Amino acid sequence: MTTANATVPERAVPPLGGFNTTLLRIELRRLLRNRRTVIFSIVLPVVFFLLFGTGKDYSLKNAGHGNVASYVMISMALYGAMLSTTAGGAMVSTERSQGWSRQLRLTPLTPTAYIAVKVLVAMLLGGLSVVVVYLAGTFTQAQMDHHLWWETALIAWVGSLVFAAFGVFMGYLLPSDNVMQILGPGLALLAFLGGLFTPLDQMGQTFQTIAKLTPMYGLSELAHAPLTGDAPGWAAVVNVLAWLAVFAGGAAWRFRRDTARV
Amino acid sequence: MGLVTPAHGTVVGMTQTQTLQARTTAVPAIELRGLTKSFGSVRAVRGIDLTVRPGEIIAFLGPNGAGKTTTIDLMLGLSRPDGGSVQVYGMEPSAAVRHGLISAVMQTGGLLKDLTVAETLRLTASLFSDTRPVSEVLARAGISDIGDRRVGKCSGGQQQRLRFAMALLPDPELLVLDEPTTGMDVTGRRDFWAAIREDAAQGRTVLFATHYLEEADAYADRIVLISHGQVVADGTAAQVKALVSGRTIRATLPDADATALQGLPGVETVEVRGDSVLIATTDSDAVARHLLSATAAHDLEITSRGLEDAFISLTSEEDQS
Repeated sequence: MTTANATVPERAVPPLGGFNTTLLRIELRRLLRNRRTVIFSIVLPVVFFLLFGTGKDYSLKNAGHGNVASYVMISMALYGAMLSTTAGGAMVSTERSQGWSRQLRLTPLTPTAYIAVKVLVAMLLGGLSVVVVYLAGTFTQAQMDHHLWWETALIAWVGSLVFAAFGVFMGYLLPSDNVMQILGPGLALLAFLGGLFTPLDQMGQTFQTIAKLTPMYGLSELAHAPLTGDAPGWAAVVNVLAWLAVFAGGAAWRFRRDTARV
Repeated sequence: MGLVTPAHGTVVGMTQTQTLQARTTAVPAIELRGLTKSFGSVRAVRGIDLTVRPGEIIAFLGPNGAGKTTTIDLMLGLSRPDGGSVQVYGMEPSAAVRHGLISAVMQTGGLLKDLTVAETLRLTASLFSDTRPVSEVLARAGISDIGDRRVGKCSGGQQQRLRFAMALLPDPELLVLDEPTTGMDVTGRRDFWAAIREDAAQGRTVLFATHYLEEADAYADRIVLISHGQVVADGTAAQVKALVSGRTIRATLPDADATALQGLPGVETVEVRGDSVLIATTDSDAVARHLLSATAAHDLEITSRGLEDAFISLTSEEDQS
């Protein structure tokens, strides 16, 4: 080390704002190390699927291009993906409360790269939720046209980006160490309103009208549509895009406030 | 108060002239100009000017709430000044961070409890362009044996060593430590400073904040005394001591005339406590002679002041202004 030279020492700045695969790998391992997250986001949806989707008298009934078991499988994959991506995004909260976000500002990692990692990790965990439920489906009674497995899984997974954004937004909004304990019941309600636990057409008219405005409704419609064969209405597409805009916008707003608070 | 004297430590193996030449041409490690920062109505930093030259080991000494941490946050780019400027190696603090020129050991927080010690270091290392090997910084911080331990299970001292190891990763030119030994026991503190000292011996510039006077005295080349968001003294430990090298005289003197005593040569403060009077002075002989010959004072005690007293006298004078 030079101590008294006339020039500033040459030092490189990392590319991509510090984004790298080591960071991604350690972050994912960290999320999976959280027993609560694994049980609620990965294990529970599978258990729900096995309990309510298989072995019932309705399980093998026709649901369009497949059976009811596969309908429930899609629902539970969505539920798992929703919990996983929200939990992943909401890690921001823990990191802020532990002072880690501040520590990261003493590294070359840019705030944008940080959020990109959070969203990617959330999506990877969401993908794992979907895969695990679908695997349980292949070993049990779920049946649908071959290509529908891929289509519905992909829609459920990509669509859960809405909840990754939701998680990040809430992570900034709620400065708590256990933000998922606050969000858990709310997410269950959203899943219910999205028709993941009970088909919405079995509910009253007022309930259905309200449900259509909630964040899981559109995604649920889109993910089930290939199976049921019913074309999803524009309302579903608008619902997904609108909530994505709301949550991503909210996250961006809090994020900018957070980085500008200096 | 007019007690700002530049430090002139010598770099081993260089002549004084060479040192001065090198220092005048070198880009300062830190350059603060007229720095101010307020939080609401609290003026935390009230116009600090400071130049840290490469290779110096500087102690930021001051009581809690003096503005040390705020100033450090400004140096690190963690907050933005209301007025004045901060330059680290001639650039914005955030740019210096990105280049790995400056790193810091913060007082608390900044660690993820669910990672292991080694994971924390691997993660941090992955964010920089060039770093020292993880095994090397573990060894230098003296925590090679706890690499697999979860951060949440580490003691406060171990967590502090981990923060130190993290700060060493980019091999920074300048290391900033904010009260690094807070909460450590005596042994932990000594070991920690031994590690810092070993590191600084290789030429790294080090700036540390502390309210432990013995730390500043023992480990710094230069002490910058901060009080109420301002620099009240700046010099070597010896200079700071010399500037307040006076003594304290205690005498029994009923009905002491504090105003008259204040006017005696070299008197800095006069404190009347019942029948006793305490006089801080740079000319204890003159004051003692006066007390014994011109007043009824008896039972005189004369004690010399250490850095602790210097600290108190300098910062309390600031209080009065």
